[in-house]
Amino acid sequence: MTEVTLPAGTRNGSGDAAEYFLEGEPLTDAKAPSGPIEMRWTNRQFDSRLVNPANRRKLSVIIVGTGLAGASAAATMGEAGYAVKAFFYQDSPRRAHSIAAQGGINAAKNYKGDGDSVHRLFYDTVKGGDYRSRESNVHRLAEVSVNIIDQCVAQGVPFAREYGGLLDNRSFGGVQVSRTFYARGQTGQQLLIGAYQALERQVGAGTVATYARHEMLELVVVDGKARGIIARDMVTGEIETHLADVVVLASGGYGNVFYLSTNAMGCNVTASWRAHRKGAYMANPCYTQIHPTCIPVSGEHQSKLTLMSESLRNDGRIWVPKNREDRDKDPRDIAEEDRDYYLERIYPSFGNLVPRDIASRAAKYQCDAEKGVGPGGLGVYLDFADAIERMGRKTVESKYGNLFDMYARITGEDPYATPMRIYPAVHYVMGGLWVDYDLQSTIPGLFVTGEANFSDHGANRLGASALMQGLADGYFVLPNTIRDYLADGPFEKVDEEHPAVVEARESVESRISRFLSVKGTRSVDSYHRELGQIMWDYCGMERTEEGLNKAIGLIRDLRTDFWENVKVLGSAESINQSLEKAGRVADFLELGELMCIDALNRRESCGGHFRAESQTEDGEALRQDDDYAYVAAWEFAGGDHDLGKPVLHKENLVYEFVEMKQRSYK
Amino acid sequence: MRLNLKIWRQENARAKGGMVDYELDDISEDMSFLEMLDVLNEKLNAADEEPIAFDHDCREGICGSCGLMINGQAHGPEVTTTCQLHMRSFKDGETITIEPWRADAFPVLKDLVVDRTAFDRMIQAGGFISVNTGSAPDAHATPVPKENADRAFDTATCIACGACVAACPNASASLFLGAKITHLGELPQGQAERHERVLGMVSQHDHEGFGGCTNIGECASACPKGIPLDVISQLNKDLRTALRHAPS
Ligand SMILES: Cc1cc2nc3c(=O)[nH]c(=O)nc-3n(C[C@H](O)[C@H](O)[C@H](O)COP(=O)(O)OP(=O)(O)OC[C@H]3O[C@@H](n4cnc5c(N)ncnc54)[C@H](O)[C@@H]3O)c2cc1C
Ligand code: SF4
Ligand code: FES
Repeated sequence: MTEVTLPAGTRNGSGDAAEYFLEGEPLTDAKAPSGPIEMRWTNRQFDSRLVNPANRRKLSVIIVGTGLAGASAAATMGEAGYAVKAFFYQDSPRRAHSIAAQGGINAAKNYKGDGDSVHRLFYDTVKGGDYRSRESNVHRLAEVSVNIIDQCVAQGVPFAREYGGLLDNRSFGGVQVSRTFYARGQTGQQLLIGAYQALERQVGAGTVATYARHEMLELVVVDGKARGIIARDMVTGEIETHLADVVVLASGGYGNVFYLSTNAMGCNVTASWRAHRKGAYMANPCYTQIHPTCIPVSGEHQSKLTLMSESLRNDGRIWVPKNREDRDKDPRDIAEEDRDYYLERIYPSFGNLVPRDIASRAAKYQCDAEKGVGPGGLGVYLDFADAIERMGRKTVESKYGNLFDMYARITGEDPYATPMRIYPAVHYVMGGLWVDYDLQSTIPGLFVTGEANFSDHGANRLGASALMQGLADGYFVLPNTIRDYLADGPFEKVDEEHPAVVEARESVESRISRFLSVKGTRSVDSYHRELGQIMWDYCGMERTEEGLNKAIGLIRDLRTDFWENVKVLGSAESINQSLEKAGRVADFLELGELMCIDALNRRESCGGHFRAESQTEDGEALRQDDDYAYVAAWEFAGGDHDLGKPVLHKENLVYEFVEMKQRSYK
Repeated sequence: MRLNLKIWRQENARAKGGMVDYELDDISEDMSFLEMLDVLNEKLNAADEEPIAFDHDCREGICGSCGLMINGQAHGPEVTTTCQLHMRSFKDGETITIEPWRADAFPVLKDLVVDRTAFDRMIQAGGFISVNTGSAPDAHATPVPKENADRAFDTATCIACGACVAACPNASASLFLGAKITHLGELPQGQAERHERVLGMVSQHDHEGFGGCTNIGECASACPKGIPLDVISQLNKDLRTALRHAPS
């Protein structure tokens, strides 16, 4: 053993993951105002310094990402008069992954008069996050949710309406009030088009410049502050330097580290990971939400998984054959008494409507016990036969018709005639760059919004809150908090030839030529698939100490192999999709390891994160509040292609307004 | 299944392109069309040939990124997006021709990738409701009759894929334009800028080099989102009214 000198205030890690990390100083100030929770946001807005309109156009803002979080922020900052540049890798801002969200967006409007309130939304969200999110942030989210709906309606977002012309609501998994606003099964699309139109209006007005097909590949940090980005024009291959007074990352989630997920194919961690390597802490990376109702994998060439709205669980009944021998039978030939409606059996009071993590895990257990149906035995039935008999095919068609059509198109089976098959899939990540109450990361001048930050969800198991957070951050929170930072301007001008800028640009260039020069034998996709499988097997729905240790070893080997054997053809001077993927997969190979270390360190079950070592007698998730009621914020301490020993900074979570309770859905 | 593919390859916007033949075996009918291309690309990569570039992202039929001419039809033989088209729509041994969208206003960037930013510029020219953040009235202040709300929704579902343009012999973007005009025109909030909107967007449409609409209707039959042809009548109606009211 060689002796290691630890940085000041740092000690060796502890617990299962001891050998993989060091522990640093705790994060003691997340900058939330104190006092009554209802007044914190109001006070913060008032305290935030103002910037005179004439000075705003002299202040420049770079926003990476134009999903709900980025487009809403870019539009709002543009309206305010700042000089905004917005970057995204698709050809149009409207194609960001937010477009795919189906179900809905929560808001405490109490339009149904069913007893909803800001406080109740706050309470439900803290509980839904399994007491691993910050009270101040969540309360602010609930407050602002009300304004989001007003803003979107004013923009022309066509939410569902009732005959009287007023907005309709529905309820969504795990809550008892109807507070979810929706636009058929296309809520994300409609919200994003609203934000996109607001953004394009600013482009027309000249306050925002958009950079389509531009990928951010490095963060520029000058004198400890974020001052710009290095981006690649994905059409010409040109490496561009863009400098500004502040940088906002709204680059979305990294669920694609699992390769198969419900995320769009291009979702990646590169923007966040590059910032992480430059000093931004990465918080709770292992928190992943698994969605129970996805169409199962059909074959090894599968490139992505398709989500079926959770609303199907309102009327569909979930079952598997009781006898293994029946697995290959036509489900219609399996007698009633030979079917196991396992959710109804184990959770009589919630039945098929248990929260996402419970439904997902239960399906996995059935398949692990070799009761699964369909290709590879990875599926359970979602059966509408009873519903069709009870309500008639017409009613089922009008409620779920588009989902049934989508299922039929993808699987080639008729779900009206034979039960659908579903299986859980990775859906959404709650981990992300650590930010304080102002959405500022540990690098001054670097703000992070939407799914890219970690802030509001804890170990979330609920739906309809990610859209809410994206728009809350972009329309209402960031524009207020960033103002305070910008009030320090004008900032010292940074030159393109500043050593820090040159260093960032050169590192991007050398990385690209490195990818092209390995000239190995394996495609980028094959690495991505293999990494995804490791992540799913060992850092997916259920995690164990043994599995995570194994995964870390496997990932390290895979990463070494990647840099020796990857094959990227073509040139850097034109569209080169293999090259784009290589950069993303290289970053995933590092993130995946950190996720495993984080999961290994958190020896408790919470939300979608189930540690087998921490369960109740009857196999339910068991939180360990005494030991783990903290945010795990990781500092990068590695080298070129390795993580070294990341340093863990704990931010303790204090619950003053909501009492921590153990959950039960029995 | 086994397939013969004829695919458009073009190095970049300036290069001359051409059709190249490929053969592919062992394709399962459960694969999506894009997964079939993934398989081909893996094969090309293994043979040291550069993979074929094509646009895609969500693979759920909603982002509008994907879009190919397949056997001369926009998005292929079914009325859906290319990513939601499955190989069971084709026969074993079939020859499939794959080309990028063709329209002057959608220049080819590489292989099957085209530049559709003209759509964004049309939106910039008026495809929005001017409302600044933070000043919106309560959402229930203005009720919207359900029929209008539904019609607004039906037309708001356009994913800007460009199939309508690709299918149109005139390469007109009137269906795309009509969808946006109708979406915002059905809502009370959209009235104030109604005239300006249609004038601005149509003028940008022509400026981008899209063709005029001669009511052939190929657009609506190719549209994966079922945007109805009558949005073009609405577009023309709004345009006529706006021109009458426009200051000369
Ligand atoms: C199928 C599906 C259904 C969902 N349904 C719901 C729902 O019903 N309700 C709900 O609340 N949530 C839902 N979610 C979750 C929710 O959609 C997302 O969390 C949210 O939309 C994320 O928004 P965002 O703005 O943070 O990121 P995104 O919308 O992912 O946007 C990311 C942006 O960053 C850009 N970008 C990324 N990296 C770079 C880079 N390196 N350089 C330049 N640009 C970059 C991209 O181009 C894009 O513009 C769903 C998610 C999925 C997958
Ligand atoms: S109108 Fe239809 S075909 Fe045209 S861009 Fe919109 S969705 Fe595509
Ligand atoms: S890839 Fe998104 S619509 Fe086809």
